Amino acid sequence: MFPFSFEWIWDMSHMVFHGGLWYALSILGMGMTYCIIKAAYDSVKGKGGHHSHGHH
Amino acid sequence: MDSVLIPKGVERCSIGKFALFIAVVGAVLLWGVVAMLLIYIKGLNQTNMNNAYGFALWIWADLAVIALGGGAFFTGLLRYIIGKDELKHIINYAVLIGFVCYSSALLILAIDVGQPLRAWFIFWHANVHSMLTEVAFCLTCYFGVLTIEYLPMVFENRQIDRVPFFHHLGHNMHAIMAIFAATGAFLSFFHQGSLGGVTGVMFGRPFGYRTGLLIWPWTFFLYTWSAAAVGPCFTIFITRITEAVTRKKLVKDSVVDLLAKIAGWMLLTYIIAKIIDTWYWAAVTAPAAGFTLMDFYSNNPGSAYGLWILIAEIGLCGVVPAIMLVTPSIRRRPAALFVAVTLAVIGACLNRWVMVLQVQAVPVLSFETWFTYFPSWQEIATTILPVAYGIILIALSYRYLPIFPQEQELNPIEGGK
Amino acid sequence: MDQPNFKKFGMVIDLDKCTGCGACMVACMAENNVAFREDETDKMLSISWMRIYRLTNGKAFPNSEECFLPRPCQQCEGHHGHSPCVSVCPATATDYDMKTGIVSQIPTRCFGCRYCMASCPYHVRQFNWWDPVWPEGMERSLNPNVSVRMRGIVEKCCFCFHRYQAAMDQAYVEGRRDLEEHEYQTACTQACPAGAIVFGDLNNPGHTVHQLAQPDPDREGRPRNPKAFRLLERLGTNPKVYYLTGRDWVRKAGDNEVKKS
Repeated sequence: MFPFSFEWIWDMSHMVFHGGLWYALSILGMGMTYCIIKAAYDSVKGKGGHHSHGHH
Repeated sequence: MDSVLIPKGVERCSIGKFALFIAVVGAVLLWGVVAMLLIYIKGLNQTNMNNAYGFALWIWADLAVIALGGGAFFTGLLRYIIGKDELKHIINYAVLIGFVCYSSALLILAIDVGQPLRAWFIFWHANVHSMLTEVAFCLTCYFGVLTIEYLPMVFENRQIDRVPFFHHLGHNMHAIMAIFAATGAFLSFFHQGSLGGVTGVMFGRPFGYRTGLLIWPWTFFLYTWSAAAVGPCFTIFITRITEAVTRKKLVKDSVVDLLAKIAGWMLLTYIIAKIIDTWYWAAVTAPAAGFTLMDFYSNNPGSAYGLWILIAEIGLCGVVPAIMLVTPSIRRRPAALFVAVTLAVIGACLNRWVMVLQVQAVPVLSFETWFTYFPSWQEIATTILPVAYGIILIALSYRYLPIFPQEQELNPIEGGK
Repeated sequence: MDQPNFKKFGMVIDLDKCTGCGACMVACMAENNVAFREDETDKMLSISWMRIYRLTNGKAFPNSEECFLPRPCQQCEGHHGHSPCVSVCPATATDYDMKTGIVSQIPTRCFGCRYCMASCPYHVRQFNWWDPVWPEGMERSLNPNVSVRMRGIVEKCCFCFHRYQAAMDQAYVEGRRDLEEHEYQTACTQACPAGAIVFGDLNNPGHTVHQLAQPDPDREGRPRNPKAFRLLERLGTNPKVYYLTGRDWVRKAGDNEVKKS
């Protein structure tokens, strides 16, 4: 899973597979980090309760 | 008693009735848990698997449930990426169904492996050439996506929404949901396909082996395609059952019709590709390994693998529902629609069955005979376990979360709340 | 193309000599600490790395003939080291060793997904459905060079690889890197009373297996000897176990063919 596992080889199949995996994980991680931090910021700023704007 | 948890503007049955329902399903769940504990304590000898049937009921259940859960990624792709906005009225349910399906798959996998405590090896010591590695990674990541897609629904619960942090978190996640949906579609393309690749790469098993494109056998693409086609059918199937149980209309006909139409065209194009693939396999690929089509089908009495299974999978449960779904006059009749989506769901289950079980039943060495298998009660109980869990989770979600945006409009309450 | 030092350990089994006595099966079980149960009637659940099949020509008396076929792991090479089982293992618990041609099995790595069992057309891979239970006292006769396996993992014949390691250790101590033919032999080979099994390096023209099978390196090891055949040649598994027979029906039973009408 990581370059320090002994069967990791710097070849094309590993690049493609792990490239895709870490790309997807990064998008999910960054997206959720943004959401959580912004949510914390918004609630601290007191942006309002549950009916300040309607549902989607 | 729990009215503060129930979404505003909708009615739910009494808590007593609900508790009784949960208790009944819970008893089935408990039976499954007992079987699961037996398997963990005593080992896989509790099943009827043997050295000819390394893959059996559980692996079939995994593949089937993931194909049926494909409605989540495909509806998400249609709504967020292609822009079919009307599907927003059913996507919550598609995501919930997907969440149930994928968590069930992971649960079954946790029971199925011989050494569950070593399951992390598939991540840590990954063999990137194996289709199963690809499946494990993508499945786990996609389950993460489904959790991300399900959480905002949980945050919309009346009481949870009152907490400012959860309210904002849900709102922010909704705002960037397209990114998560796109990632989910990307991951789904690969794991749905890799499940097809699991059998397709087995060049030692002429029944399952397919040639293909680069490293991907044709079954890779056929599985993704069929998941995209049958997943929405399963969503409609479960929606209709939920409407029957709750005795309410939950989604407008126009939304279901749109989804059914798209699923129908996906199914039709899929079945044409599947027929071409089957013909090529029977005419070219299998004979190169020394097998004719009929070598793969057994007419022995009591055999599950007569030619009927191929005709059922492609004909009755492939071509027939595809034509029904693309024909508006048939599709718009509720009974016909239900029959069509049921047949499509059965077709996908049959396809996964033959690619997991028939592939092992067929003898390859000329001096071997057909192998037979029937699951043990422990296998059956642990396969029904996730169904019971799914029913409970759906029941809880339906009761306490605003899953269906059109429910209020379709079921106005006298006097209002 | 193999490197000059690469070996390809393989077997030639003469089916016209095999009597089906089962000594090879017993020797294998003893050598490799293979577990067994009190009731072994269900063969689909037992572990026998070496298994003898009984073939018949399907004809009635007086033309009926039978043949006993011992089947160890075929140590398939596939195309360039892609055995059907090796390429599918998700945890790299099995690996094709280019230097010896042997497909290894790592018991401590396997987590029992059984994908390799589904892939193998020869059914050489067997599963530990139970934990091993040794009758009292027997644990003292276990081979200390072979790990015992717990339940939930796959196992298979590894051409007595521990004997290769022991022979190489001995050679190293004596200051050499090469092995004589007799220095590394599998338990089944040595146990066979009819001498039906021959084991050695298929790449070495001096070894008996090479002379008997005459593998063609340009055609993925296909035997040049017309009496030799490999099981399921058409699948492209490129196995290292060659069978010898003078009987046509036996050779035909080794593979599948679409009969041209």
